[in-house]
Amino acid sequence: MRKMLIWLPLALFLAFFALFAGGLFKPDDRVITSKLVGQPLPGFALPAGASDRPALASTDFATGKPRLLNIFASWCVPCAAEAPQLEALRRAGAEIDAIAIRDARDDVDAFLRRNGNPYSRIGLDARSSVQIALGSSGVPETFVIDGKGLIRYQHIGDIRADDVPMILDRLKDAQ
Amino acid sequence: MIAEAGLAALWFAAALALLQLVLVAMGLTGRKDELLAAVRPVAVAQGLLTALAFAALVTLFLRSDMSVLLVVTNSHSMKPWLYKFAGTWGNHEGSMLLWVTVMGVAGAAVALFERALRRDTHMATLGAQAAISLGFYAFLLFSSNPFARISPAPADGQGLNPLLQDPGLAFHPPTLYLGYVGLSVAFSFAVGALLTRRVDSAFARAMRPWVLAAWVLLTLGITAGSYWAYYELGWGGWWFWDPVENASLMPWLAATALLHSVTVLATRDALRAWTVMLAVVAFSMSMVGTFLVRSGILTSVHAFAVDPERGSFILALLAIYIGGALALFGWRIGTVREGEPFELVSRETMLVVNNLLLSVILGLVLVGTLYPLLTEAFGHKVSVGAPYFDRIAGPIALGLMVAMAAGPLMRWRRDSAAAAGRRLLVPAAVLIVAAVVVGLLAWGRIGILPYLGLVIALATAVASVTPLWRRSLRRTPLFTWGMVIAHLGCAVSLAGMASDSAFTVEKLVAARPGDVIETAGWRLRFVQILPRAGDNWTALQADVEASRGGGSPTMLHPQARFFASPPTPTTEAALLTRWDGQLYVVLGQEADAGRWQMRIWWKPFVTLIWLGGFLIALGGALALVGRERRGWVLKWRARRAVA
Repeated sequence: MRKMLIWLPLALFLAFFALFAGGLFKPDDRVITSKLVGQPLPGFALPAGASDRPALASTDFATGKPRLLNIFASWCVPCAAEAPQLEALRRAGAEIDAIAIRDARDDVDAFLRRNGNPYSRIGLDARSSVQIALGSSGVPETFVIDGKGLIRYQHIGDIRADDVPMILDRLKDAQ
Repeated sequence: MIAEAGLAALWFAAALALLQLVLVAMGLTGRKDELLAAVRPVAVAQGLLTALAFAALVTLFLRSDMSVLLVVTNSHSMKPWLYKFAGTWGNHEGSMLLWVTVMGVAGAAVALFERALRRDTHMATLGAQAAISLGFYAFLLFSSNPFARISPAPADGQGLNPLLQDPGLAFHPPTLYLGYVGLSVAFSFAVGALLTRRVDSAFARAMRPWVLAAWVLLTLGITAGSYWAYYELGWGGWWFWDPVENASLMPWLAATALLHSVTVLATRDALRAWTVMLAVVAFSMSMVGTFLVRSGILTSVHAFAVDPERGSFILALLAIYIGGALALFGWRIGTVREGEPFELVSRETMLVVNNLLLSVILGLVLVGTLYPLLTEAFGHKVSVGAPYFDRIAGPIALGLMVAMAAGPLMRWRRDSAAAAGRRLLVPAAVLIVAAVVVGLLAWGRIGILPYLGLVIALATAVASVTPLWRRSLRRTPLFTWGMVIAHLGCAVSLAGMASDSAFTVEKLVAARPGDVIETAGWRLRFVQILPRAGDNWTALQADVEASRGGGSPTMLHPQARFFASPPTPTTEAALLTRWDGQLYVVLGQEADAGRWQMRIWWKPFVTLIWLGGFLIALGGALALVGRERRGWVLKWRARRAVA
């Protein structure tokens, strides 16, 4: 018993050493996978976010056809930078809906006049409640929603030009 | 030139450390006395060379020599001289140079002043110290050279992190490092004793002053760091359970346990293996702490050198030193005789309880700090915060306080339960009375932990001075005074912590000049807000007139500061200290036109936390002086008797 106890500190230290070494050489996490992937969209019904587009509700998604859900805001600079990529996606046949976060309808209208409007429907989430339910932590983010209304993919940050084919593939996979 | 001289001194010191190690190894195994005779001078020369290298770096910082990379990245010619000076160790390379300097100088001190230890153990200790130093020299020279030049030299430097531009930087890191690295002496003693198979009370008596000195400095460093964080960060808290704070707390917990077990070993020749183990653990915790800070493996407000390469270097050092010492422990401790026995009701038992509780807290803090690493290894990412530590460590710390109150009232070796009970009567009565009184006054308004904290603080304060009861205060030995004051300090500090968490009043307002804010009996008038300029910063400064109970008002000046280089905003809290607490005012951002956010805390008796910390360190210092002075007196008498 005493024999065992004598070696216990060394054994504990070796365990810690392994832990340290593991932690030190493990690469940082750069890709975060949402827990909501595979789950249905949370239920919501938002008022219209722009004056020339209809409002958005979760029931608009389970239509049998995959859609993109873009989360943006008129006060968000990367969202403006992302606009050409969304336009390219729309021209490639993607249907895009949007939720404007902590925004006002006049500001959204002005933003869409400046940067173009690739959206079919726009909801206004003035208090970020839907955004939080979606597990989104910032703008812009883009979700791929399949025809049954299940979340298939979450893209965090703006969509870059080289991301466009990948997003289109994800949409195809969600058929 | 100065940089090259510093680097050369560092290389020479490293070479001498290697020589010291070889001399000890050959001298002890071959029983060659002429080799061992050279060890002490070599250790002293090594200490002097490290001091020289450190002085060179300080000179470079004071002169703002912008051809040195470290000065460029961490200093600026416009900085006040105190921060140029303190900026020497406000960065990774400089602080590691401070580390090896303290280690070298401590080794020299062991060579010069240690007289009580047997010669072979002394030599083995110096060999171990050289071996540890060697690793850290290699770390500095191969991966963190503080003297590297930069060419072409830029016109000026990038400045020092403004949070560090505070007089606290001149005091807190050096004392903390003296404590951290001072524990390396205890580690070397333990290794030396294991190698020469001399774990006995004479060894413990020789080791005790070194442990005490390191522990006193560690206590001061932690106390100063806590107060610094309290007023500099502007969050109103004094302990955040940040990984780096834990990194300083863990060696302190181990050193506190060691301090008590070494006393048992010195007085009663018991707890031999345990004391050696604690000596190894205490410095290991210092090294683990450094590893956590330097590797960037855990994120923290202190992580200023996120670098896996350096991390793996320190990890290798950890493996060699801690692994080596623990292996030596396992291999040799079986040959150490069992110590003297003692009975259940005795001071030894209370000290064992103290050691166990300290070790449990140490283990819990260690697990809590490493929890993110542990869970990540199993695929989750979870970290634990202050609530975990408060809830887990709090109750055990309270139990520890009770043991601390009772311990000094027990007799060594054997005590009768009845007699011990009589001695504990007064503190127990105070405990009950305090429980009732505090309960009646504050029940339902304060949490259970702060309540227990207040009650136990009162009772332990009384218990801690009880050993002086019916003693001639003049004849009481200084080390008994030291123990009494240190234990009283624990009670005082606990009272401050409990009072702060039980009774603090916080108020957040948006005020415009002319407004009057009333909180916790204070009346604060926001007079005006004006720009101010310092050496290397500009600030918006609020003038706030604080008064209480119709007394004369005091002007407070909280600032929102902007440092030019590097460009950083900071808050400078304004503190008003009264005998019964502190008023803490922080100026925030402009809320809307003409209104300013202001955060105001009234913290009753919060200053007791640091007063207690200071008393603990003072008690340690008195015990150190008391023990040493007794040694000198005995030696003097012996010399006179011979004459």
